Amino acid sequence: MRNKRALFAVPYVGWMALFVLAPIVMVVIYAFSAASGGFTLDNFARMGTYAVVFARSFKLALIATAVCLLVGYPVAYMISREGPRFQRIAMMLVMLPMWMNFLLRTYSWMSILENTGLLNRFFSAVGLIGLVNRLCGTDLAYFPMINTQGAVVLGMVYNYLPFMILPIYSVIEKLDGSLLEAARDLGANSARVFLRVILPLSLPGVLSGVTMVFVPSVSTFAISKLLGGSNELLLGDLIEQQFLGTAYNPYLGSAIALVMMVIVVVCMAVMNRFGEGEEQAVML
Amino acid sequence: MSKKLIRLADCCMAFDGELVLDHINLYFNDSEFLTLLGPSGCGKTTTLRIIGGFLTPTSGEVLFDGARINDIPPNLRQVNTVFQRYALFPHLNVFENVAFGLRIPKTADDGRKKVRVPEEEIRSRVLEMLEVVSLKGFERRRINELSGGQQQRVAIARALVNRPKVLLLDEPLGALDLRLRKDMQSELKRIQQQLGITFIYVTHDQEEALAMSDTIVVMDQGRIQQIGTPEDIYNEPKNAFVADFIGESNILDGVMHEDYVVEFFNRKFKCLDKGFAPMESVDVVIRPEDIDIVPQEKGQLRGTVTSVTFKGVHYDTIVDFKGFKWLIQTTDYHPEGETIGIVLNPDDIHIMRKSEYSGMFGDYSSYSEEYEEIGGFDGAEEAAREAGHEE
Repeated sequence: MRNKRALFAVPYVGWMALFVLAPIVMVVIYAFSAASGGFTLDNFARMGTYAVVFARSFKLALIATAVCLLVGYPVAYMISREGPRFQRIAMMLVMLPMWMNFLLRTYSWMSILENTGLLNRFFSAVGLIGLVNRLCGTDLAYFPMINTQGAVVLGMVYNYLPFMILPIYSVIEKLDGSLLEAARDLGANSARVFLRVILPLSLPGVLSGVTMVFVPSVSTFAISKLLGGSNELLLGDLIEQQFLGTAYNPYLGSAIALVMMVIVVVCMAVMNRFGEGEEQAVML
Repeated sequence: MSKKLIRLADCCMAFDGELVLDHINLYFNDSEFLTLLGPSGCGKTTTLRIIGGFLTPTSGEVLFDGARINDIPPNLRQVNTVFQRYALFPHLNVFENVAFGLRIPKTADDGRKKVRVPEEEIRSRVLEMLEVVSLKGFERRRINELSGGQQQRVAIARALVNRPKVLLLDEPLGALDLRLRKDMQSELKRIQQQLGITFIYVTHDQEEALAMSDTIVVMDQGRIQQIGTPEDIYNEPKNAFVADFIGESNILDGVMHEDYVVEFFNRKFKCLDKGFAPMESVDVVIRPEDIDIVPQEKGQLRGTVTSVTFKGVHYDTIVDFKGFKWLIQTTDYHPEGETIGIVLNPDDIHIMRKSEYSGMFGDYSSYSEEYEEIGGFDGAEEAAREAGHEE
C-alpha cells in the first residue's frame, strides 16, 4: 500500500460501502424493476401524476432557503463583527434548538399554530381576530395557520436556519481584517466595503449554507406531515407512503427518490460551478 | 521642497492604559522618504496607523496640510497604505485590485456631487501604474497566481494609482527573501523619486532604512530617540540605543576631560566632540569597522582575540580588553589567542551624553546572543549556526 495511513480509513470506507453505497445501488435497482421482477421504465412513466408534488417540494424548499438566507446572513454578519465572548454566546444560542429533538420541536410548532393553538388563543385574547373580521368582513373563529404551505416553510426555516448561519458566520469570521482595512484605505465607505469585499468573499459560506438548507428541506417528510397536514404532501411524504404507507410500492418510491436525488445533485453542481472562482479565492 | 505636509503634535496613544506612543512630535515633509525605524513594539506601526486613520490618538493632534484630521475616517484621507501582508483582494484579478480605489465615486472639490472616474481613464491609469511597478501584462492574473514579489508590486500599484499625497508602507518587504528585498528597495526608491510623493516607511531593518531614506526617525518605547539623515544617525548617534540599533557598536564608559579630550580605559584620547562639562561622564561609541588592528607594541590599547568569525567581506574579531569585549571588523585575520594592539583615530571616537540606555548595549561579552537580538531573523539563524560551531 502506498500510504500506510490509508488503513485508518478502512472503517469509514467500509461503513460508506455498507450503508451509503449499497442502499443507493438498491434504490437504483428497485427504480428500474417491476413488482413482478424484470427491467421496466414504468415507475418513471407513472411519476407524471406526481409532478405537482415535485413542483411543490422544490418551491417550498426554495422559499425556505431564501428566507433562511435573508434572515441568516445579517445575523451571521452581525455576530462575526462582535467580540469573541459575544460570538461564543451567540453561536451557542443559534445552535441551542438543535440540541432538542427534531420531532419534539416540530410538534411544538404544531401546538403553537393549531386552530385552537397558542397563537390563535393569543390573537383572540388581544382581539386581533375580531378586528380582522370587522375590517375584512370575514367570519373567522381562528386564523388558519396549521396545514398551510406557510406553516411548512416556517417549520423548514425554523429547523434549518442554524445550518445557514453557521457556514456564513465561519467564513465571515475568518475574513482577513486587513482586507477590510485596505478597502477603507482605498476610499470605500462601509456599504462599499460590504458589497465589494465582504459579500463576494463570503459566497462560499452562502453556497454551503444554501446546500445545507435546501437539501434537507426538499426531502423532508416530518415537517410537512406535522405542519402541512394531508393537503401539502411533499416528495418526502410521497416516498414514505410508498415504503411504509398503504400505497406500498417500493419500486415507485425508489424511482421518485432517484429522480429527486438527480435533480438535487444537478442543482448543487450548477451552483458550485457558479461559485467556483470564489471558493478558490478563499482557499488562498 | 520642505513643506510640512503632515504633523503629529504631541500625540499619545494608550491601549488598555498602556502608553504606546509617548508625546510624539513629528512632521513629514512633502516628497520625502521618511522611515520610522525601531524594534517591534516601539510604536512605529501605531504611528503609521494613526496617519492612515485606523487609530485615533488618545491625545494630541494629527494635522494634514495644517488641518486637523483626527476624526477623518481612512476612506476620506489623501493617504494610501501598502499593508504588511499586502491585503490584496483574492476575489479580484490584478487589474481589478489596482482599479479598486478608482472605481469609488469621489466627492468633487467644488460641490457635493459624486464624481465617477470614466472607465477609459481607469483603464489607462491602471495600465500605466502596472507599468511603473513592472507588471505589464499581468492584468488578468489572479492574485494567488502571483509570487510574493509580484503581489508586493500589485499592492504598491493599488495604493499609488489613487495618486495619494502620502504613501504609507508597513514593513512591506518583510515577507520577501533577501535578494528580492534588495531589488524592491531600489525599486521603491525609484518609484518614490519618479512620482515625487511622500513615502512614510515602517521597518525594523536598519539596513533597509539606511539604504532608502531621506530621513530616519528612530523610535523605542513609544518615544522618538533620534531624527536625522541616514549619515547623521549612523555617524552621530544620540544615545546608546540608537548606536546599537543602527549597526554594530562598541559602547563604553568615558569621561570628557575637556573639549576634544576623552578618557577611557585610563587613557586619554583625542576626539572631535566638544561642549561637555568638565569631567562629564559620557558614553563612547566606536564602530567596529573604524578600529585598526596593529602589532601590540604599536597599539594604544592591547587585548587578546577571543573569537573570530568569517563574514565574507571581513572577519568579526572579538577582542578582550581588560574584561571588556570589543567587536572589531577587519579584513585581516588574527587567530584566537593572539595579543593585538589597536589604534583609534580622533574621528573614530563618537561621544554621546549619558541616557537611560547607558550600560545596556555595546558589550560583546555574549556575542552570539547579542547578534540574535539585533539581527532579526537572519541574524538569529546565523547566531544559531555559530553557537553550534563553538561547541
